[in-house]
Amino acid sequence: MTKPTRITNSIRALRFAHGEMTQAQLAEQVGVTRQTIIAIEQGRYSPSLEMAFQIARVFSVPLDEVFAYPDGA
Amino acid sequence: MSYEEKGTWVYLVTCVAAYGVYLAIVIGRAAHTPVAQVPYVAVLLWTTGASIAGSIAGRVLVETASPSGRRRSDVRDREISRFGEHASRWFIVAGAGAALIMAMARWDYFWIANVIYLGFVLWAVAGSAVKLLAYHRGLSPAR
Repeated sequence: MTKPTRITNSIRALRFAHGEMTQAQLAEQVGVTRQTIIAIEQGRYSPSLEMAFQIARVFSVPLDEVFAYPDGA
Repeated sequence: MSYEEKGTWVYLVTCVAAYGVYLAIVIGRAAHTPVAQVPYVAVLLWTTGASIAGSIAGRVLVETASPSGRRRSDVRDREISRFGEHASRWFIVAGAGAALIMAMARWDYFWIANVIYLGFVLWAVAGSAVKLLAYHRGLSPAR
């Protein structure tokens, strides 16, 4: 069975910093289901590079402000 | 729960139920008839058809009772679907391989048809189970 990703993210913090955006609103803007946003936030799903850029674009921040890959991971 | 995850649950339940009904009928008939002579074709076709119809009807019922926010699959649903079908493909291979060997050994059609049917059922059940595990425990195809 697959293991959850080691990629961490700041999506939850960024949503709250952007007018308390809901998961449903972010999902709508990215074009995925709310469950996919939940899975990404909880580290249960690694988004594709394209989806990662789409999420960063919604928040108008660089990719590495949304996602991080810890040293030694 | 997403639209596709609900659909996977419905598919799993209908597959297991249809095969259970099939086995119950065929085993019931085998009590009075030699196994290889049990009439199975109509039951197999009817339970397969009922499984497809039940899957569609079940999905409609589930969506009526608990509507999904979005009724289209997204990239994660498609990755999970591919992962589940890839992980469970060995049941199809095993069923086809067993059927080939049985045909070469001139087994009765009953056994050949049933080993193929069992392969399809196990493929569907294992694929659904893997998909549901991926929905709950996570999917990270890059690792």
